[in-house]
Amino acid sequence: MNAAIADQALMLAGILFVLGLISVLIRRNIIFMLISVEIMLNAAGLAFIAAGARWGQPDGQVMFVFILTMAAAEVSVGLALILQIYHQLKTLDSDAADKMHG
Amino acid sequence: MKDFLWLIPTLPFLGACILIISGNANLPRRAVSIVGCGSVGAAAILTIVIMIDFLTTGQIPEYTVIVNWFSVDNLSVPIALHLDTLSLVFVFVITFVGFLIHVYSIEFMHHDESFARFFAYLNLFVSAMLMLVLADSLILMYLGWEGVGLCSYLLIGFWYEEEKNGYAARKAFIITRIGDTALAVGLFMLFAELGTLRIQDILTLAPQQWATGSTTPVTICLLLLGGAVGKSAQFPLQTWLPDAMAGPSPVSALIHAATMVTAGVYLIARMNGLYVLAPQAQLWVGIVGAITLLIAGCSALTQYDLKRVLAYSTISQIGYMFLALGIGAWSSAVFHFMIHAFFKALLFLAAGAVIMALHHEHDMFKMGGLRKQMPAVFATFLIGSASLAALPLISAGFYSKDQIIWLSFASQQSNIWFFLAAVVGAFITAIYTFRMVFLTFYGEAKTSVSHMPGNLITQPLVILAVLALFAGFIELPHTFGHVTLFSDLFSTTLPPVTLRPNVESHEWIIQTSTGLLTLVGIAMAYYFYVIQPKIADDIHASTIETHRFWYAGWRFDSLYDAIIVKPILFFARVNKHDFIDKLYSALVELSEMMSALFSRSQNGILRWYIMGIVAGAVIIITFTLIITP
Repeated sequence: MNAAIADQALMLAGILFVLGLISVLIRRNIIFMLISVEIMLNAAGLAFIAAGARWGQPDGQVMFVFILTMAAAEVSVGLALILQIYHQLKTLDSDAADKMHG
Repeated sequence: MKDFLWLIPTLPFLGACILIISGNANLPRRAVSIVGCGSVGAAAILTIVIMIDFLTTGQIPEYTVIVNWFSVDNLSVPIALHLDTLSLVFVFVITFVGFLIHVYSIEFMHHDESFARFFAYLNLFVSAMLMLVLADSLILMYLGWEGVGLCSYLLIGFWYEEEKNGYAARKAFIITRIGDTALAVGLFMLFAELGTLRIQDILTLAPQQWATGSTTPVTICLLLLGGAVGKSAQFPLQTWLPDAMAGPSPVSALIHAATMVTAGVYLIARMNGLYVLAPQAQLWVGIVGAITLLIAGCSALTQYDLKRVLAYSTISQIGYMFLALGIGAWSSAVFHFMIHAFFKALLFLAAGAVIMALHHEHDMFKMGGLRKQMPAVFATFLIGSASLAALPLISAGFYSKDQIIWLSFASQQSNIWFFLAAVVGAFITAIYTFRMVFLTFYGEAKTSVSHMPGNLITQPLVILAVLALFAGFIELPHTFGHVTLFSDLFSTTLPPVTLRPNVESHEWIIQTSTGLLTLVGIAMAYYFYVIQPKIADDIHASTIETHRFWYAGWRFDSLYDAIIVKPILFFARVNKHDFIDKLYSALVELSEMMSALFSRSQNGILRWYIMGIVAGAVIIITFTLIITP
């Protein structure tokens, strides 16, 4: 893979990451926040794949497999937490879960 | 005998422990008296056994270790005792006179609620005082030194329900503390210079280390003198002793006359090797003694309270001892200490009997005529007074004081002022002593006698009276008798006095004139207070200002109040809310403020936290990009 395509892939990864970040910051619904985090993770995975392809190294793909596994685990824990929050607060608004203020 | 030495300070200590633990409620009075007197009595018997052993064989147990406190590597710190003839004399006086005073106290304190507490303190005092004089190192001596200070405080304030007694106790404690601080600094300097605080090591090392008159030994000696001055109530720290009379009479006899107040004399006599290296400091010892004996004598002339007269006379007599130390007459000072312990304990005990008989009346002008009512007390008090006034030939006090007066003329280190002070002091002593005798025992009876002293009071008085009469004969001057039993004891422990050339021929002139001066003083007191009491009133009226000045102890109390106490109280008032505290409270306020500020950021809203993480990440990445080239 040549350098120009790698640049474009990294640019796409950056845009995806920033989009995910912004939606984590502005969304109040916890499920949407979780999805945004997934987008950020996939952006990071894309960056790894692109970089691995650019240098002809397998490391990028290995890292992506790791990220995929980690994301699966994270989603399961995250969904369990969301269920609990909904059970307790009867809402999915993350700002309602501000009991732990100082 | 070496094996028994450690028992001497330990026995009274055990007695004190038993009495403190059992308290007032758990032991009957009889058991308390047996424990209290028995422990000191046993120590006295042991001392006498050691003395007899010494007198017959010439052997003395020199050094003995009670316990090894700790030993690390090649440093071992033992609690060790050292006995030589100097400490033997002190131990004898402490245990023997102490025992008599304990016996006297059984009757004197019989109606007091805190009977056991009294004996516990007295035993603790005797133990600490023995530790002081027997200690092998200056650290152990300092332990005893502070121990007797503590007991003095406890016993002056024994009747603590009255506020003024507590005040007197605190005053004594704080003023002696000034001296103790000087002493402690002196000990630190000694240790820094010589690397040891064992007395024997110091006395051998010091002459190798320092030239005579160099600055270090002079400084150390002056600091030690500071400690001695505080403990022995000498000028300028003498103000605590007259107030210390707030304690019971046996306490005044034991602590504030016979033993504790002479600890300063012991310290200087013990450190004689240092003072020989520091002639300037030794001169100051003499100057302090001379000033003290005069100002205290003048104050004694004007007092009304029987016990205060005795207190001022104690200060004055210890002034004589300091004068003797200052002119290098070491053994004379110790001799006068011993005789003084006998007659001053006697006088205080007799005064206690008088005061008890007259419903706790202290004012001599309200006494009188007791000669016929209390003949035994009168006879013993008269003997004690004769000894204090140094009545020629028949009293022990004459032989000890005469020796000091003679040596203040003849010694190489003396000067004419010391001699004049000693002679004038002797004259004043005769007047105030017999003023006291005539006011108390002659004239008309003004207060009725309520309580006749019993056997336990009169017998110690008689024993002490015998000693106050005859103890002087173990040391007679060259002009007649020439007995030197007492000074021979010190041939190895204390340096001899060096006389000026060609003075021996004057000795009898000085003895006769001081003897005559004493008689004139007694005659004057008799004339003023018995034959023509009106003249005494006239003199009193014409010199009312001086009288008041002397009565108030030369206004030293007011002086110290004005220059020390008042400024300190002023600063304490100004600085009531300690300004150094402000620094720390500001620190507390600052951290509380910061905590409030930062706890706002913990608002529980998840998106703010994410924002924080993002901002942090951005800042870190930016910095990394800037720093890496």
